[in-house]
Amino acid sequence: MEDDATFVRPFIITGGRAEPLQADLRLETLVVAVGVPDETLTFERRHIVAVCAEPTTLAEVASRVGVPLGVAKVLVSDLVVAGRLDCRQPAELPLQMLERIRDHVRAL
Amino acid sequence: MSGRSDRIVPLAVKIVVSGGLGVGKTTFIGAISEIEPLDTEAAITQVSVGVDSLDGVESKTTTTVALDFGRITLDPTIALYLFGTPGQDRFSFLWDDLVEGALGTVVLADTRRIEECFPAVDYFESHGAPFVLAVNRFDGAERFELEEVREALGLGADVPVLECDARERGSVRDVLGALMDRVIGVRAAPKRRVAMVR
Repeated sequence: MEDDATFVRPFIITGGRAEPLQADLRLETLVVAVGVPDETLTFERRHIVAVCAEPTTLAEVASRVGVPLGVAKVLVSDLVVAGRLDCRQPAELPLQMLERIRDHVRAL
Repeated sequence: MSGRSDRIVPLAVKIVVSGGLGVGKTTFIGAISEIEPLDTEAAITQVSVGVDSLDGVESKTTTTVALDFGRITLDPTIALYLFGTPGQDRFSFLWDDLVEGALGTVVLADTRRIEECFPAVDYFESHGAPFVLAVNRFDGAERFELEEVREALGLGADVPVLECDARERGSVRDVLGALMDRVIGVRAAPKRRVAMVR
């Protein structure tokens, strides 16, 4: 590994925890910041809240903050529980919405 | 949540792109994504120990696998994400995460190595998840009748099997359209079945 000096084991960031507090976060779950990041948040957590100024999927959060997905899940769920992020999990889509998606796809 | 009630709530939906290693999943996603396919890493702990060749680094208990994904904005409120499953079988335990909540799946197949899509077909069939099988056209590959492919894979008559060129945006769009038809058909089906029982 060429960047040995700066390499941090991924789950160091979460304090060794690999299980998110919330079990239902999906890759495409949209998360959005509640308020702006302040100095009470550090490093990755602050970066995540900043990235989520606009609704952003969990997968994009992981990619933009540069942490593995499992790590992003733990951090995001911590922030949701702490009230710093809000997440919305869509319920099963109605048939009408599926048809709308299909029509959009056909028109691409 | 004061002051946010009038905000348009966007919707993010996903489609999974699966199939064997090197079958063209990343190409397929890249052909239609409005962003360069991003990749993120799924940390793997412990599982890969003794599987990955890590001579001399026995203490390494974490390795990563890239997951690539693309995005298509369908309208100002709906974004469609395409997620590629990792090609190697030994990462198939990641599929549960990928598939949960997905609209459906495109299983890509290469007729030169048709058996490589068996694990994907098995997985989606056993989970009752809607999928279409898209045969990616590779230059120099022998052409097979789509019905032969269906037979070789033991697919039911209701599973759409179509040919595609993963490099062509229009072709990828058509595959996604066929998948959405399938998703809608599956969703509408249980009601018909109940009606027939009566």
